[in-house]
Amino acid sequence: MKAYLLFRDRDFNPKAPLPANSAELIHDLELTTLLNTMALGDKFLFDVSKAAILLSLDEIDTILYRQEVMKDCLNNPEVIRELYQIPLEAIERKHQGWLGIFTHTPSGVLSSAVEMMSMFVILLKKLKTIADKNAASFRSEGFNRFFSMIQEELDDEYFDTVEYHLKQLKFRDGVLISAELGKGNEGTNYALRLPNEKNKNWLKEVFSKKSPVYSFTISERDDAGARALGDLKDTGVNAAANALAQATEHIENFLNMLRNELAFYVGCINLKEQLGQIGNPIVFPVPESITKRRHAFQGLYDVCLALTMKQQIVGNDINADNKNLTIITGANQGGKSTFLRSIGLAQLMMQAGMFVPAREFSANLCHGIFTHYRRKEDASMKSGKLDEELTRMSIIVEQIKPDALLLFNESFAATNEREGSEIARQIVSALLERNIKVFFVTHMYEFARIFYEKQMKDAIFLRAERKTGGKRTFRLSEGEPLPTSFGEDVFNNVFKTQNNTKPLTQ
Amino acid sequence: MTFPSVIFPAINTLAGNESLFIPDFFVDLNLDQVIDAITERKQEYNLKPFFFTPLHDVEVINYRQDVFRDLENPNVLKAIKTFAEKMAVVRRYLNMIEKLYFEYHKEGWFLEAAIVYCYAIQGLSRDLQGTPIKSKGLADFLAYIESYISSPVFETLQSDSFECKTALSAIQYSVIIKGNWVRVRKYESEIDYSKEVELTFEKFKQGDVKNYRIDLLKTSGMNHVEAQILDCVVKLFPEAFKVLDSFFVNHHDFIPDVILTFDRQIQFYVSYLDFIENFKAKGLKFCYPVVTKEKNLHVHEAFDLALANKRLFDPSAVVTNDFFLSGNERILVVSGPNQGGKTTFARMFGQLHYLSSLGCPVPGSEATLFHFDQIYTHFEKEEDIRNLRGKLQDDLVRIHSILESATPDSIIIMNEIFTSTTLKDAIFLSKEVIQRIIQLDALGVCVTFIDELSKMGEQTVSMVSTVVPENPMQRTFKIIRMPADGLSYAICIAEKHQLTYSLIKERIAQ
Repeated sequence: MKAYLLFRDRDFNPKAPLPANSAELIHDLELTTLLNTMALGDKFLFDVSKAAILLSLDEIDTILYRQEVMKDCLNNPEVIRELYQIPLEAIERKHQGWLGIFTHTPSGVLSSAVEMMSMFVILLKKLKTIADKNAASFRSEGFNRFFSMIQEELDDEYFDTVEYHLKQLKFRDGVLISAELGKGNEGTNYALRLPNEKNKNWLKEVFSKKSPVYSFTISERDDAGARALGDLKDTGVNAAANALAQATEHIENFLNMLRNELAFYVGCINLKEQLGQIGNPIVFPVPESITKRRHAFQGLYDVCLALTMKQQIVGNDINADNKNLTIITGANQGGKSTFLRSIGLAQLMMQAGMFVPAREFSANLCHGIFTHYRRKEDASMKSGKLDEELTRMSIIVEQIKPDALLLFNESFAATNEREGSEIARQIVSALLERNIKVFFVTHMYEFARIFYEKQMKDAIFLRAERKTGGKRTFRLSEGEPLPTSFGEDVFNNVFKTQNNTKPLTQ
Repeated sequence: MTFPSVIFPAINTLAGNESLFIPDFFVDLNLDQVIDAITERKQEYNLKPFFFTPLHDVEVINYRQDVFRDLENPNVLKAIKTFAEKMAVVRRYLNMIEKLYFEYHKEGWFLEAAIVYCYAIQGLSRDLQGTPIKSKGLADFLAYIESYISSPVFETLQSDSFECKTALSAIQYSVIIKGNWVRVRKYESEIDYSKEVELTFEKFKQGDVKNYRIDLLKTSGMNHVEAQILDCVVKLFPEAFKVLDSFFVNHHDFIPDVILTFDRQIQFYVSYLDFIENFKAKGLKFCYPVVTKEKNLHVHEAFDLALANKRLFDPSAVVTNDFFLSGNERILVVSGPNQGGKTTFARMFGQLHYLSSLGCPVPGSEATLFHFDQIYTHFEKEEDIRNLRGKLQDDLVRIHSILESATPDSIIIMNEIFTSTTLKDAIFLSKEVIQRIIQLDALGVCVTFIDELSKMGEQTVSMVSTVVPENPMQRTFKIIRMPADGLSYAICIAEKHQLTYSLIKERIAQ
């Protein structure tokens, strides 16, 4: 039995190793804000959502599968939350009843497994009831499969068989074990047997010769003897105990899997409800194949900014289809970083099978999403700033593959503009040749100019808008790079109130 | 049917020729580490005495080299190893019987020991059939085995044990436990209930789960309850146990001494070959040295076995070195940058010679080595809490005693002597010592920071540890015949991070 709500044909593993650059992504894209909204204070929801978002999908088919399941979830939030309670109840009951597999002896394993299984039978019956009641109102392939699996596998006859074995495994009439003589005439090949008289399928052989029976009794005071007898019994029930204990673990795993997978959808329901309250739109994105170059959207906004400000955000409308390189220049605090973050977040959300924060959105899938952001001064001061940036860049080069998406924010500006531009030029040129999609926010006019003058078909230049009089609109539009980036404005603005600020421009 | 020994050709050298003491120079040359590593997994054979006893007879060295060569044939080695594994089992079973209480338990294990022993002997004979054995040592032993196998004593052992085991293996019984009450009867075809349970819950199976099968640590042993059950089984199947009784009476002490001795001594070879196989797998070479009284040496692609062993799981390659001494050359004077492999080179020189005196193959693709009478080493100890004058005096006393007992056939290896005295003293003392070795006409290696020592005459040869010309911080660990030198260059920052246009393109595969 499989949940298969995130993948058509495999389990979702929230403990899978995250991409090596996850810490950078979380930091640079302020992913924690998004995850906190999905989790609403629940650490488990947080962790699962984090894994689901960072373990990006790169197949359109799987993304659409999830989008369908997601739509069912958004339409039936109450049923999803009720289903989500079942695995939680299993944990609760296990906790309260001190249940668990006690692994000191096979007899211990067996009796604790019988108890666990009896508890699970109750929950599985509940699951069956929910399936019977609600299956009809779900449309997605994922949920159709899930509910019919529950209905087929867990019928009444099956519950009867399970209960028969749970009773038999208490061995009220003694344990029957067969054996052979091994090395040193020591008993071996011990196997638990079902006595013929208890076996419904047993055909009594008319001429079967009855064996003579020899017997002995262990004295009440013979502790060593009692232990030895216990050991022998343990040897006999070991395999059956293992089978039952493994079955309980499988059911527990199934319920945990159900919890993992539903947690992601519960998180998405939470997010949708929050965004709905603020009045921001969401849309299911149209994913394009990894080899295409597509990036076209209407009203794309930074979901983290929206959640922090708790207000409607003006989005950007851009068409960057067939572009591999997007260079963003322009006014400080003109929304460049916000825009870059909205690109990264939307890509991650789309590749997790989620809706995205926009009115319309379509982009090609990417083989990994990377960020290279300028960082605050290196605390350890071990290496120079440029050295530190190049070290990080080198790590990215180590991990990145063709068709990845790489977001640069003010990178390589830690040296003078000529040197920084040259380093950036070499790096970006090589990345483009390896078909890596690059978004580069920069102040380095020299760097932007070099690419602008190349008049490349697959490059687009965006500028933070600035209305006359220095007022910013926080919207980007297509436009050639300009030699200054208005840092002076910001400086003057800040310097009026704070005396300890130095000019940022070089 | 006699056979002397696979490690000593003449029977009279068999006894009393195993040194129990570790030679003086072992620690300096790190040979203690090498021998520990070789014998580590073979403790039960007590092999160290063989490795502590150098041979002074070239004929014995050749006798052993021949056996080694035979064992380098994988089929021969495999045959010997299979035999050894089985014999170890036989020994374990027989030792165990001493500690058992119940008669049929003892007899059962005695039967097992005999069965494994028969397989061991027969397997060895069968596996060695048709292998091209050339050494006298192994050929003589094989002849012994052939005559033993066709002897009546072995033939009966084999047929009796087979008959006995067949009868016992056919027994199937059932035990029914209810409280303190145990019933034993013949097995009556009841179905396997564990499988039934497994089948019922199969539908929940997903992924790997924990194995709840408790490892009941059921090693060999029998408690009184099991013994009582066995008594019941004996009553159910009396004939099988009568056969076992007579086997036990008829076949005590079934292993001849010759087999026992061979089983231990052959491990000298096996342990060494197993050890060097690790290095061969990494592409390092071993060869059979020509051992000669001439003082013209020649070694190609050799290495320090102790260091190579430490670096066994290190992906970096082990650096090999060459050296030679021709004409009147006697002493290799090794100088050059620190941490450049000088001490390693000196140890290698000593190890090669010592290992050749055991009759073993040595590290290197080619080796002509000296048939020495004794190896002397003097390695500076890293720490010494006594004052320098006391230490200098100790050093000189020790060197003096070496020079007193050394002969023209000795090898003297000195590593960084007199480092803690003044340079002037060090030059003077070192020259004095080297001069005396030259006069003695002994062979030697001298690791030193004093260049002058390499220019003391036609007897001394200068060898230098080398660095990568572009980056003097990087050592090559190559020790080469030449005087010292070094250079340095700076590198551009982007190149350092491998982030130039062309380097990035190289690094990101298409």
